[in-house]
Amino acid sequence: MIIFDFLAQYWPRLLSGTGVTIAQFFLAAVLGIAISLAMGLMKLSQNRILRGAAITYIEIFRGTSLLVQLYWIFFVLPLFGVSIDKFTAGYVAVGMNIGAYGAELVRGGILSVPRGQWEAALAINMSPARRMWRIILPQALVNMLPPWGNLMIELLKGTALVSLISVADLMFQAKQINGSTFLSAQVFGTALVIYYILARFLVTPFMRWLERAMARKLGKV
Amino acid sequence: MLDHTGFPLEITGETTPMVSFRKVRKSYGALTVLKNLDLDIAEGEMVSIIGPSGSGKTTVLRMLMTLEQIDDGVIYVDGQPLTHMPKQGRLVRANERHLRNRRADIGMCFQHFNLFPHMTALENCMEGPVQVLGLSKAEARDRSEELLELVGMISKKDQRPSRLSGGQQQRVAIARALAMRPKVMLFDEVTSALDPEVIGEVTNVIRKLVSEHNLTMLMVTHQMGFARDISDRVCFFYGGKIEEQGPPAELFGNPQRERTQQFLSAVREAV
Ligand SMILES: Nc1ncnc2c1ncn2[C@@H]1O[C@H](COP(=O)(O)OP(=O)(O)O)[C@@H](O)[C@H]1O
Ligand SMILES: [Mg+2]
Repeated sequence: MIIFDFLAQYWPRLLSGTGVTIAQFFLAAVLGIAISLAMGLMKLSQNRILRGAAITYIEIFRGTSLLVQLYWIFFVLPLFGVSIDKFTAGYVAVGMNIGAYGAELVRGGILSVPRGQWEAALAINMSPARRMWRIILPQALVNMLPPWGNLMIELLKGTALVSLISVADLMFQAKQINGSTFLSAQVFGTALVIYYILARFLVTPFMRWLERAMARKLGKV
Repeated sequence: MLDHTGFPLEITGETTPMVSFRKVRKSYGALTVLKNLDLDIAEGEMVSIIGPSGSGKTTVLRMLMTLEQIDDGVIYVDGQPLTHMPKQGRLVRANERHLRNRRADIGMCFQHFNLFPHMTALENCMEGPVQVLGLSKAEARDRSEELLELVGMISKKDQRPSRLSGGQQQRVAIARALAMRPKVMLFDEVTSALDPEVIGEVTNVIRKLVSEHNLTMLMVTHQMGFARDISDRVCFFYGGKIEEQGPPAELFGNPQRERTQQFLSAVREAV
């Protein structure tokens, strides 16, 4: 079967899979960014308990495999009475995993802001929270955006794992189609191209745009 | 009333100094940077601090701005303890809340300006009044524009710091500090990072503040001529202590201590 006939026949399922992949990506990104921010700030906290919690979180989620984390959340948590539907389990696992990596980026970005900025903010008597939110974080964000671009690509690729708990994403649809038609070259070739297009023509340009916009806001260009 | 260590809970009376360092000690690890510092500054007084590098000049200002904790002694501002707070009849170390209340009286300008790079000159000035004092945007803008006018930066109010020269940035930084209406202004070598030809822009603003406003000022500087011109009193720091102090005419014209003489002649030779 040539590729055009293949696409003509299976495009609705591939498209719906792509939609689910994008949704998983988007939700995991939002969750991952929130966790990164919280864990990154906690790791810099003066409070030993908060710092300890952040270090533990980061160690666990960076030190173990995303697939195992996904299975834990979907198969093991229900044994403790916490059951989540597979769609939620998918993006939660991916988001929590990415959050551990993002936390280090947030921490590094904050530490890269010169000390004089903290001091100037204190000299106008800003509260610690305002100093962080209004003065430090906007500058930290600019410094950490380039590595965030890479992390977002990793996140997109990571979402393919949710197919293993039967979330009907692009990878899942591809495997289903393959199982019934054995058109492996066509189906996985198409999936490959779609993932590439999402990464190369959506995620990367968006991150570049964000970098430029933020740099402009800081008067760096 | 004295607390058990002999420090008054507040300083009252006709001649209450605006700033008072009482037996203040500051160490970094094993290095004692300031030993037993006693220094009173009257309301409206302009005091300059001169001295060799490493003698503790910056540390004095940073302690007063509460950027550094002191190890011993008490600092008072306008009669009230700054570094400490009264609790059950004695002074205990100030908490964040007390610091935020008392710090409102103090403003500081830094050697490297430290303007917020993501804000325009005007936004830099409005940040404190809006976020800290709770002024409306309109009130904060009026106040900030007035001050940018005072420092001669009104025409650049919508520029970000990266588009401004060092002298311009420092003038905006002065306006930013003044926008908080402090009683005490601290200047830490505010002209040291500037090209020689723009130093005058900044010193002229400080001159204007001295002649037209009743601010209490404490200024660390390497510009002896400027210090001589505008100070009511000059303190020469050496090795973490005030080696000699007095009116500028006396300290520069007829220094008593050998170290002062050596320092001043070394500075003159360098010029
Ligand atoms: N954060 C710090 N940690 C350790 N030593 C410091 C620190 N800040 C200042 N010092 C030391 O304290 C001394 C006084 O510093 P400073 O007040 O900056 O001097 P000055 O402004 O007169 O040049 C110097 O010996 C300096 O090295
Ligand atoms: Mg200094």
